This record gives sequence, C-alpha cells and structure tokens, in this order.
Amino acid sequence: MSESIISFTPLAIVLTSAVAVIPISLSGRNPNLREFWTFLAGFLKLMLLFSLLEPVTKGIAVQFELWKVLPGVSLHFSVDAFGLLFAFVACSLWIPTSLYCIGYMRGLKEHAQTRFFACFALALSATAGVAFAGNLLTLYVFYEILSLSTFPLVAHHQDGEARTGGRKYLTYLLATSIGLVLPAMIITYQMTGTLEFSSMGIYGDTVKPGTLLVLLLLFLYGFAKSGLMPLHSWLPGAMVAPTPVSALLHAVAVVKVGVFCNLRIITGIFGIEILSKTYLDTVVCVIAGVTVIVSSLIALSQDNLKRRLAFSTVGQLSYIILGAGLAQSYGVKGAMLHISMHAFGKITLFMCAGAIFVASGKKYISQMVGLGHKMPFTFGAFLIGSLSVIGLPPAGGFISKWLLLKGTIAAEHWPMMVVLLGSSLLNAAYFFPIVYQAFFGKGMLPENENVKEAPLACTLPLCITAVVSIILFIYPEPFLTLATLAVGE
Amino acid sequence: MEQQYPVLIVIIPMFTAMVLTLAGWFKPSVCQPLAVVGLLGSFLSAVATLAKVSAGGVISYRLGGWEPPFGIEYRVDGLNALVLVMVSLVALLVAVFARKPVEKELGNKISNFYTLFVLLVTGLLGMTITGDAFNLYVLLEIAALTSYALLAMGRGRAYMATFNYVILGTIGACFYLLGVGLLLIKTGSLNMVDIGSILPQLAGSQAVLIAFGFLMVGVWIKMALFPFHGWLPNAYTYAPTATSCLVAPLMTKVSVYIMLRIMFTVYSADWIFNVIQWKPVIMILAVVAILMGSFFALAQRDIKRMLTYLIVAEIGYMVGGAWTGTSAGLTGTIYHIMADGLMTVCLFMVIGSVVYRKGRANFESFKDAFQSMPWTMGALIIGGLSMIGVPPTCGFFSKWYLISGAYQSSDYAFIVALLISSLVNAILFIRIVETAFFSATSEEVPDPHEHQEVDYADSPVSMLIPMWVSALALIAMGLYTGEIVTRWIQPILPGGLI
Repeated sequence: MSESIISFTPLAIVLTSAVAVIPISLSGRNPNLREFWTFLAGFLKLMLLFSLLEPVTKGIAVQFELWKVLPGVSLHFSVDAFGLLFAFVACSLWIPTSLYCIGYMRGLKEHAQTRFFACFALALSATAGVAFAGNLLTLYVFYEILSLSTFPLVAHHQDGEARTGGRKYLTYLLATSIGLVLPAMIITYQMTGTLEFSSMGIYGDTVKPGTLLVLLLLFLYGFAKSGLMPLHSWLPGAMVAPTPVSALLHAVAVVKVGVFCNLRIITGIFGIEILSKTYLDTVVCVIAGVTVIVSSLIALSQDNLKRRLAFSTVGQLSYIILGAGLAQSYGVKGAMLHISMHAFGKITLFMCAGAIFVASGKKYISQMVGLGHKMPFTFGAFLIGSLSVIGLPPAGGFISKWLLLKGTIAAEHWPMMVVLLGSSLLNAAYFFPIVYQAFFGKGMLPENENVKEAPLACTLPLCITAVVSIILFIYPEPFLTLATLAVGE
Repeated sequence: MEQQYPVLIVIIPMFTAMVLTLAGWFKPSVCQPLAVVGLLGSFLSAVATLAKVSAGGVISYRLGGWEPPFGIEYRVDGLNALVLVMVSLVALLVAVFARKPVEKELGNKISNFYTLFVLLVTGLLGMTITGDAFNLYVLLEIAALTSYALLAMGRGRAYMATFNYVILGTIGACFYLLGVGLLLIKTGSLNMVDIGSILPQLAGSQAVLIAFGFLMVGVWIKMALFPFHGWLPNAYTYAPTATSCLVAPLMTKVSVYIMLRIMFTVYSADWIFNVIQWKPVIMILAVVAILMGSFFALAQRDIKRMLTYLIVAEIGYMVGGAWTGTSAGLTGTIYHIMADGLMTVCLFMVIGSVVYRKGRANFESFKDAFQSMPWTMGALIIGGLSMIGVPPTCGFFSKWYLISGAYQSSDYAFIVALLISSLVNAILFIRIVETAFFSATSEEVPDPHEHQEVDYADSPVSMLIPMWVSALALIAMGLYTGEIVTRWIQPILPGGLI
C-alpha cells in the first residue's frame, strides 16, 4: 500500500449534498431559493473534489475512517485515482443536469418538485459514497442507499406505468444485491478475513478456480445496476422517470455505479493477474460481449427514443466491463476512461430527448422527421453525442474506444475486437438515421410546424455537455491522467 | 446498593404491580405514569448491571443470602445482561406508547391492563435473570398467565385465539416442568450451573437425553417454532394494540434465550453437537419455519397478521443460528434476539399507530400515509429496512453473522432460506411503502390527476417518541455491532463450537 493521508474531505464531499436535503425540503415554497441550495451544494462538492486532486495525482490515497462496525471491518473512505475520476464525472454532471431539471420540471409544471430535488441530492451523496468506498462493505452500504433514494425519482409520475417501472427497478436491484452480493461478500470475508480493496486481489492462491468462478458470477450479476444481460430489463423500464432523472441517474449515476462496482470487484477484489491466470477474464469478456451485441440489435428496433437510448446504454456499459475483462492495462484504462466519455455523450443524448419532448411533446423517433430545422441546437448536440457514443472523432468517445481496441490487440482477444468494431457499426446504424431524418427527412408532421427550441434552461446544458464532449477529444488529459494513475503506470 | 442492582431489576416492577392494583381503585389515570416510572427504574438497574458485567464478569446474586445450589441464585453474564436491557427497554417504550391506544381500546380496564402489563414484564425479566431452573418455571407461568389475560382483552376472536394459546402454552410449560423434574431426579439440583457441572458424569443416561427433549419441546412451543407455531398468529393479531406491542417482541425472544441457556449452560455444546445427532432435523425445522413464515406473511391482507408470521420466520433465524454449532452462528442468534426485539417493537408500534388513526391496518389504510402520517411512515421505513437487512441497520448484521455461521458449518439450505426470507421481507415492505406513496393499493391503478392534498394527521407525540427511539436504536445498534459483539457476546460463547 502506498502512502496515505487522513482527511475529512471525502466525508465532506459525501455529506455536502446529503445535508443540502434539509434546506431543499424546507424551502419547498420558494422554488428559486430551493434551486439555489442545489447549485450551492453542487459547486461546493466540485470545489472540494478539486482539493483532492493534488494528493491523488501524487499517488497518495486520501483516507477517512467513518465507523468501526465489525471487528476488522469498518466503514471507511479511501480516495484513489479511479474513485476520484468517477466522482468528478458524477459531480460535474450534477450541475448542468440541475439547470436542465429546472427548465424541464418547470416547463412541464411537474408536481412534487421539492421531493424530486431532495431525492436527487441524496442520490448524489450515495454516488460519491460509492466512488470513495474503501472496502466492499462501504461500497455495499452506499449502493443500497442509492437504490432506495432513486425509487421516488423513478416512480415520480405516480401513475400505473410509473408503478410498474418503479417496482421492476427496486425488485431487480434489491433482489440481486441481497440475493447475490450479500452471500458473496460474506463468503469472501469468511475465506480471506478482509474486505479491503487491493490491486493484487484478496483471494490469494489458495482458493479453487471453481469457487472463484461462482463468486465472480455472484458479484457481476449482483451489481445489477450495470445492466448485464439478462438482468438488464429494469433499465428500459425505468425510463418512465422524468427525462432529467433518466439523464443523470440512468445514463450516468446509477448505471455507472453498477459498472464502477464491477470494475472495483475485478481490479480490487479479484485482481487482474488472478483473473487472467484462472481464465476468468474470458468469462467476463463473453458475458459482456454478448450483452454488447444483443443490446445493440434490440436498440435498432426501438421507436421510442428514450428506450433506444436505454438499450444503447446497456451495450455501452458492457463495453466498460469488457474492457476490464481484457485483464490488461490498456483495456482497464479504456474502461475507466469510457465511464467518463460515455457519461458526457449519453447525458447529452438524454437531455436532447427531453428537450424534444418539452418543445414538441414527441417521444417517438418516427415523429421527429424534419425537426432538425426547428431545433438546430438540440439536434446538433444530438449529433455530437451520437458521435461520442459511437466512438468517432471529433468526440471524446473515440479516445476510450481506441484504448479498448488497443487492449484487445494487446490481450490478443480477437473475437472481442470484432465485437467492439461490429457494435460500433450497429451504434452508427441506430443513431445516424435519427439525425439524418431530422435534418433531411421529408414528411414532417403538420403539428410540428410551429415547434421552437426548448427553453434556454433546457438547451443550454445540453450544448455545454456536447461542447465538453468535443473538448474531451482534444484535451482528454484530466480523465486520462487519473485513469493512467489508476492502472498504476 | 450497588450489589442490589440485579434484584432491583425484578423487584421494582413487581412492587409497581402491587401499587398499581391499589392506585387503580382510586385513580386509574395515574396508572400509566406509575408503570412508566417503575419500568424506568427497572431499565436503569438493567443498564447498571450490564455496565457491571462488562467491567467485572459474571455476577452471582443470592436471594435471601442462601448459598447456591440450595438457595435461588440470580446469575448475570453478558448474555442475559444484554437480554435484560433489551426487555426492560422495550417494556419501557411500550409503556410510554400505550397511553393513547389503551385509553381508546380499553377505556374501562386501564388499571387492570397496567397491572398485568407490569407483572408480565416482571415475569419476563425474572425468567431472564434467574439461574434456577424451577424458579424459571414459576416466572414462566407468571408471564404466561398475565399474557393470556392481556391477549384476551382484544376484540373479535381474541377469546378463542387466547384459549388456543392457553392450551398450547400450558402443554409447553408442562413439558418444561417434566424436563426439570427429570434433571432434579438425576442430579439432585435445580441450579443451572450446578446441573451443568454434574451432567458430564451422566453422559450416557437415557433420562438426561429425554429431559433434554422435554425441555426443548417445551421452549419450542413457547417460542412458536414450526410446527408448534399454530397458536401465535391469531393470538397476537386479535390482541389489543398495546398488548401485541409488548408480547410480540418479548415473549418469543425470552424463550429463545431460555433455549440457549439450556443448551449451553445446563447441557454443553460438546454434548449437543457431538453426542446427540439432532442437528440435521432441527436445521430442517428452522429452514421450514423461515420459509413457511415468509410465505404465509405474503398471503396476509392484514398488516398486523403479516407481522405475526414474520415473527415465526425470525424464530427460525434464531433457532437455526444456534444449532449451526458455530461461534458465528451463535453470535448471530444472540445478536438477533436483541435486534429482532427492537425491530418487532418498532413495527408493531407503527402498525398500532395506523390502527389508532385509521381503525385498522390493511393496505387500504396506508393510502396517502406519506402525507397524513409522515413520521410514522419514516419509522416504518427504518424498521422495514432492518427486516430486509439493509446496512447500517442491525438486521443486516444479524444476517451477516447468521450466514457466516451457516457457511462455516456448510448449512447451505439455511443460507438460502435466510436470503429468500430477506427478499420476501423486501416485497412485503415495498408493497406497503408503495401503497403509501401511490395512494392506491396494489390492485388499483393509481391516478395522479385525482391526487388531492391530504390533511396531516400523524400519531400523537406520546406514540411517536417511543416509535422513533426504537427506530433510531435499530441504526445505533447496527453501528455499534462490533462493540456489542466483542465486549459482551464473544466472552460468553461456550467452548466446543467451531
């Protein structure tokens, strides 16, 4: 273990948004004041994160012990480069999303906005907690808090469809975390006596490969937020949530927490070396590869824009797991980088979907023909977002895909290279027609004649994230450095 | 004074019960405050005893100065010190909580209720603290008789349900007494520690084995272990609110404690797990208890009845944990006695509040509860999370130890049963919370447009305070798990376990 310092900062970062829940709930009658608290907490969180950048880039882990719960296991935070990278992604996207929320929620005059913003802030706390978790138990605690705090967001509309979606959401997430992760965690603790993450893995050489395989499957499927098939169907179901929720939580925070947990398991509990020595890396790759291809094929057939994006997310998440499964430093680096690159690209796409809905009330792709001329900024941003998700220059997604491809070459996993390239083609096949139809398609619906751009609070954030996606292509250093540090180079 | 703490725990409520009988003739309204004061005294003595035990080890108190094994000995170690604190705390909370529901449901029997209430607590505390097997039987009967009377005060089928319980409870007590009698014949002693020191010399005796069988069946009937659980759901469902809040968490838990005492103090871990081969059968009973309890709970429309089936499942947890024959499993059982006592009281108080406001507690009565009873719902969520086993509530850590124990002894069926039960609990509580959130029951389709503002009508503060104390205690206990386990539970784990 490298050197470390003890600091309150990680705790402060986790608590900032949790504490903000109190003033947010209290100022329910004054929406402007309420939103001020959200932004204050958001910027405060981001500033505190920047203060951690310096020690972490020097290779010093920032530790904070919260509580000793069991003999030998405590709830504690330990910020390393990977955790910091993820926290940066989540926190920096919270601010534009909040701005977008205001435009969207007020534009549609949604009910229970105070509950909405309060739960949103709580979910962000849980996400930061997952990012900074120093051991498996802490990770698990915050993972559960995230599942529970996002339920009111998913079920926000409180109608029949929201009930079905919300029920599915909680059932999938709780059933897997209790039924699979909990026993795996206890068995791990019984075998090794520790739950701390370590880059060498904690199982050592004594555990039989068969046991390792079972544990790996329990963990991979147990963190069902990562949407590995066949446990993915909660994600399209959860698209009943208001679009800002889908944007931040289901393209960024929740699903990324899932893959983050999976990556932590692969790199911190199993350790890459043991994984490749026991050929378990192939298992991971096959599971993820199948998900990538199948979900892309399903996405092709979806007409509801949000559902198409959801299936695209399922596929992209498996890229990240696949990258880790390559058990090779380029692959892992690419996987970590893809967390951030995909986040910026996908949030742009979701915000575009929401902006289209606010401006025109249209949910289905077939109804969006010709809308590009009416909403040039939105569809321009949509194009950039798609480029990033497909992995084409000049968008950030290119860089992470490039690294992932390099990983397949270095690991000589040729079938996986075919999967990556084939899936990129599929991605292009389900994104480009949307943009093409919007700008060049004939036969615009008559009611779309008078559509204008959505309110500024909706359009501005998606332009910002689109621009950031391009900037990340030219200047990926912030995230690239952290990812490089995280794989220990 | 300091030496007298152990006896004060029992004596204070006993005298309070006498005072209550007299006071009730003149002024029924003073009964509840008096009961609270008495139980507070008992709780403080229990805490003081716990502190003494953690500082100086086992306390032996001789009633009337008679030497054990001839006189009655009160013997307090970490195990019963913890149970004493839990029992007296739960009793105190329920006494505070009881004021309004008792006024509403039992208006003309207030003084009777509190007298019996405090006497029941006396019996439970006495059973927990005593080191004498026959004294335990006497107190068991005190607790049982008072609880019959308290349960029968309820509505509807309460008489019939209690009658069932009287029959079965008496059979259970008889079995226990037969077991004690056989042991007395064989060893000539009634003091548990003393019997424990004599029994190894009688290892091959059939009578000792039969006595063990009698004792076990006796306590299993009392704790409602499957297949002896039939009496429990009806008896607890139709009972008055305050009674079920007291009896449901405590009666079964104290019986589990007695089972542990018999298993590990009177008999020994070595004898139980190496000489007799009962473990596989009892593990099956535990697994079936968990599964049956969970599935019957799923089928209930009345939430109180649903909770009573959960008690049956939780008994399976505790019996299974103790019979894994591992230190971790036994730790889980001891920890879960406390955790489950607190969870059950928290949830029963929540349901009691809903009954108090809405008249009954089915899914219908939870509609819009988030608006009308936000604090009560908050406590429900914490209690539910603990039942599901979400960290950092204490329910998670009981499962942690129970599953660890089952893993060490390779009782995989027990692990699966525990996980299934957690998932069923998740469904049960999400279903309630969902109804409260969507303002429509699971069968109806919620309509957001019909949504109306609902008036705030939460439970009275005298009910909310104990409810929230128990809810916060669930979290506090979870956070202090390591402390509780290392300081009190580990020192008393018997030898001979894995």
